[in-house]
Order: sequence, then structure tokens, then C-alpha cells
Amino acid sequence: MRFVDEFRDPALAAALVKEIGAIAARLERGRDRPFAIMEVCGGHTHAIFRYGLEGLLPDLVEFVHGPGCPVCVLPMGRVDDCVAIAERPEVIFTTFGDAMRVPGSKKSLLQAKADGADVRMVYSPLDALTLAKRNPDREVVFFGLGFETTMPSTALTVQRALREGVTNFSLFCNHITIIPTLRALLEQPDLGIDGFIGPGHVSMVIGTSPYRFIAEEFGRPLVVSGFEPIDLLQSLLMVLRQIEAGEARIENQYARVVPEHGNPAALRAVQEVYEPRETFEWRGLGSIAGSGVRLTAPYAAFDAEKRFAVPDIKVADPAQCRCGEVLTGAAKPWACPEFGKGCTPETPLGALMVSSEGSCAAYYQYGGIRGEAA
Amino acid sequence: MNIPFSTPTAARRRPMTQKTVTLAHGGGGSAMRDLIDDVFLSAFSGEGRAAPEDQARFDLSALMARGDRLAFTTDGFVVDPLFFPGGDIGKLAVCGTVNDLAVGGATPVALSCAIIIEEGLEVETLRRVVRSMAETAQAAGVAIATGDTKVVARGACDKLFITTTGIGVIRAGLDVGVTKARPGDKVIVNGLLGDHGAAILNARGDLALDTAIESDCAPLNGLIDTLISAAPGLRMMRDATRGGIAAVVNELAEASKVGIRLDELSLPMRPEVMGFCEILGLDPLYLANEGKILAVVPAGESDAALAALRAHPLGRDAAVIGEVTSERPGRVVMRTRFGGERIVDMLVGDQLPRIC
Repeated sequence: MRFVDEFRDPALAAALVKEIGAIAARLERGRDRPFAIMEVCGGHTHAIFRYGLEGLLPDLVEFVHGPGCPVCVLPMGRVDDCVAIAERPEVIFTTFGDAMRVPGSKKSLLQAKADGADVRMVYSPLDALTLAKRNPDREVVFFGLGFETTMPSTALTVQRALREGVTNFSLFCNHITIIPTLRALLEQPDLGIDGFIGPGHVSMVIGTSPYRFIAEEFGRPLVVSGFEPIDLLQSLLMVLRQIEAGEARIENQYARVVPEHGNPAALRAVQEVYEPRETFEWRGLGSIAGSGVRLTAPYAAFDAEKRFAVPDIKVADPAQCRCGEVLTGAAKPWACPEFGKGCTPETPLGALMVSSEGSCAAYYQYGGIRGEAA
Repeated sequence: MNIPFSTPTAARRRPMTQKTVTLAHGGGGSAMRDLIDDVFLSAFSGEGRAAPEDQARFDLSALMARGDRLAFTTDGFVVDPLFFPGGDIGKLAVCGTVNDLAVGGATPVALSCAIIIEEGLEVETLRRVVRSMAETAQAAGVAIATGDTKVVARGACDKLFITTTGIGVIRAGLDVGVTKARPGDKVIVNGLLGDHGAAILNARGDLALDTAIESDCAPLNGLIDTLISAAPGLRMMRDATRGGIAAVVNELAEASKVGIRLDELSLPMRPEVMGFCEILGLDPLYLANEGKILAVVPAGESDAALAALRAHPLGRDAAVIGEVTSERPGRVVMRTRFGGERIVDMLVGDQLPRIC
């Protein structure tokens, strides 16, 4: 496939792996633990497992799978809110596919659907708006989820709903932003992350400049990366080169897609439609100030939380789960007592076991090779 | 009430005049008789043909001349939409059961079909489906010998559900099975993977992708005959339907207590299907096929098997996609396109498209 195969070229990969190995060998002296490079984005995690990249790396370098899978960081209480809205008889609840299986405290959306709720999978928020126009006697709610990658498309949908006077459409806004989350992560004491592979699609919207504080305040290198295996290996090499040179800069490996200042049209829509919430709860990570958004006053009429008075009850994660430690790279999935026992893709306790971008599901599904040996 | 589709068509009374099927057509009275006469009996005929009895009848000695064991299988079909590029529910219902028989080394003999119809279905739609079943059965050389129809109230089923059951005769001396793979054996498929799954997802229409991917739905008994002749040591065959090729290799690894090593670069796949999967975040290994078998043959017979498959119109893109190993029994490992390794597990539920 043109424009895809080039980024999956085995010879190129072998050359990159060799260079990564050479740097690792030079850095090895005096090192008692591997270099931990966090890929922030769930799409990267998925690609790393799909192409078996971990197995190609020298022992001294390891990927740490970060909190950038929007499905995985969704707290149980928000899923309960989704179910409460979806179970109202007048509601058609629309969602992206992989959010359907995330467990709430009582049920997932998939179970709610089986119990009779009208839950429908859509591929775009615009599909939900079309559904609203076709069903004027029903309330169509779109479950807005994701980082800056998906924010613009929901923002544009809400703008269109206002422009076209569609009153039976609303957004259950669970969008989250990456920058406050990275800051919260970096402010953790004893953070064992040596560098970052930055999210590609988020950066396509926000650009690369918002990451500067990571280098300037926290002294960690970050390289914004594409999603193909060659992209990831090259980005990893760029991070390691900075480490070897004793530098911490923000670099852009994904320049073919990511402009330095992002996408102005998308940013305008995002700014007009959303404003930060004081705080938003993350699964496993707790509340992070300024990390969630809600609709601004001109669009408040489309806010499903206002329209349906959601229960909004915080539900504690199961005590034995170690989702938070896995999300911050402090623990590997198999270090969790529930991994593969109480928590499997069939009966997930945590969302990390649900999405194919979640590191627990990825280890369970694709990995296993290193995990079994460990 | 069971109606053998063998009643001479001369017994037909009058053609259907209504445009839609109603509950009256399931009532057991003359309306039902009209539906069966006009729609079904005019399309079906073949082996088991007899007087209008409640069952098709077969001469045992004729069956025994073809082999020494009876194969018996059943499958339900609820596909949405009913018609899709490359096929329809009727073609699927015949191919599915024919293929389930053929992969056991059986020559398919006859099928039954039970059809559940939602009231309000257009008679013309039913007619198209039944005609497609008849054509496919004829192409596969199998009779649809008996059947049943029921009409249910609106909402009690989705337009049309079909169940087909089939019998076949397994040729003497041939014993293929999922427990028989041995280290060193080769794993072969007869062509491009994932077409059916991608075609169905696309035909549902909510993706708005402009692609010409067609279902690979086809009866494979002819192709399998050639394969059996070319590779007499054949260990096993399975059709890689729901759960895709990944489900079949996992069952095989578990049942034979062997490891399977797949090679990603050798998986035959259409660029359109790969692109489709890229866009939706799906894994083509889990996409359904309706005209693909996975076969395991001893290494010494793999060249002959491949040549025989490639000489058949339904096997032109056949390929060796992996081998049976003694490593990690029960596990399937795939060498990725540039030398990494990953485990290929069974799918838990449906594949759900990713958010971003």
C-alpha cells in the first residue's frame, strides 16, 4: 500500500534498531535501570504491540505506556452517567465503538443496550446529528470522548447544531486535554520517565509549542511522533540522541502532519465551544485540575449534563486494581494482582483491559511474550 | 409444518398475488401453500426428490457408494443487510453449510432450509433470496431437499433469518481434523483474507467509504476436491468465517497442542481491505471470510497443495502463511512485517472501531 509500506520497511527498521542499540551500548555504563521512554498516546501503544516493537529493543530501553487512551482513563462514575442518560426512554445514546465495553459500576453501555436502552455506535459526531434530524421526537445524545484529536469534530458538530437549530441534540462532554495531564504526571515525585514520545494526532491540532514546559521546566526531551512503526523507532532514536547529548528539547518527527502551531481552524472551534472545568476525574489518576472541558455559555443548551441532570456520583476504583500505577509507568500490567485473573478482556475490572489501546489489553492480547518470561 | 422441496412443481396451484408476506402466509392454510408453491418449489429440486411427504428420503446404498461416514452440520444466518456486494443471505446460507461439510472431507449431498420471515417482507425480496439459494446450490452440486417457513410478527425477527442443515458423505480413508497438526506442517489459505467482513461492514452504509470490496462468499467443495487429490496427507481444513483466520489458527493450536507461527508478510490481502482496516482500526486477521479455508498439510505436500489451489479459480491467490511448530503449544505467534513478534489471540467480543 503506497504511503504506508514505506513506513513499515523492514530494512529501514533494522537500521534504526541497530542505531538505537549502539546508543544504548554507549549509555550503558553506570546505568542500573533501563531508560524509560513514555509514549503518551494510546494509538502509539497499539502500534507498538501490533508490530512487536518491544521485542526489537535492547534491554536498556523500554517503552512505558502512558495515559493517552481516552477510553482507558474514563472513570466508572462517568460510565454510570452515560448509562443513566442512555436508559431514559426518550434518548438515543450515540457513541464511538470502543467506549461501549468500558465497565461502569453496574454495567457497560453494551449491557445497557442489551437491557433495552437505545445505544447506537457511530463513526462520527455528525452521524449523531443526522440521527437527531431524522428522529425529531427523540433526544439524541453524543458521548463526546477523547483528547484534542476528537475535540474539533465534536465542536464543529455542536456549532452546526446551533446554526441549523437542531434542538433535540446534545453532547455529553467528556473531552480531556493533554497538557494539564502531562504536567500532573511530571509533578509526581520519583517519576521514572526519562523522555517522551509525544502524541501525533493531538499535536496535529495543538502544534508542538505547548510541550515546551516539559523540556524547560522538567528537563525531559519530547519527540512528537507518527503512528507507523518506522515513525516510532525514529522518534525513540531522536529521544535517545537527546539523552546522550544531555539535551532536553521538543522535536517534531511527524512534520508531515504536525505543524508547529497546530491547526488554527480547529483551535478556533475548540476555543469557541469549550472552556476548562475546574477539575476532572481520571480513572486511576484521580482528579486533575483543568484537565477536562465543558461547553461554553453560548452552547450550554447542548450540554447533556444540564439537560438530563446526570447522577454524577464518584465511584472509587476497585481497591486491588493498580490502573493508576500502570498508567504512570510505575508498574507493569502483570504486576497487578488482578491482571489475567480477575481482570481479563472478557470481564474487565479496569478500562485498560478494554480498549486495544489500553496497555493491559495490549499485553494480554498481543504481548505476553515478554510478560510470560518475566 | 415441514415441506419437502421435492413436490413436483406441476402441483402448483396459483402464483402469489400479494406484494408482501403477511402472518396469513405462516398460518398453515392455503396462503402458506401458495407461498411455498410459488416461491420455493419453483426454485428448488434435486436429490431426495419424492412424493409430497414431511421429509426428504435418501437411499442408503447410494450414499454408501460415495464414502463410509456421514457428515451432518447446521448453521444459522442473520446477516444485515440481506444483499451485499458479492452475495446475499441466500447464497451465504448455502455456501456456509456446504463449506462446513466440505472442510470435513465430505461430499455435500443435500441441505434443508428453515426460513423465518418477518411480516411485511416483500415477496420479491424473498423470491430473490430463494433464487440465489437455488443457483448457489446448483453451482455447488447439492440439493435443497426439504425445508420449512414461519412468518413472525413485525419486530420478532429482522426481515429474514435462514437456517440450513446439511448432510454429506466423507470419502473412505480420509481423516482430517483439528487435532492432527504436527510440527513442521505448513499452514495454507486459498486466497485474499477479510473481504467478506469488510464488505458487510461497508454495505451497512454508515461508514460512507467509497470502496468496491466484495464478499468472497463461494461454495468451496470443488476447490477442496482438488486439494484433497493433490495433498493426500492433508491434516485439517476449516473455513475461516466468524472470528477470521485468527480464530481458526487458535483452535488448531489448542486442539493439536502445537504452536503456530504466522508470517505477516505472506498474508494475502487486498490493499482495499488493508486500507479499510487502517481507517477503522480493525485487525484483518479477525475479519470474517465466507470463501476461504485454512488448510494444514505436511511440509512435503505443500508445493503440490499450493499448485492445485492456484490452478482453481477460487484459489488463485493461495499462499503458505505459516507453519506448525513445537514452541509454546496452544499459542499463535506472528512474525510482524519487520521481524517483531506478537501473539495472535482469539477475539473476545466483536471488533469495535477505535475512537482515534
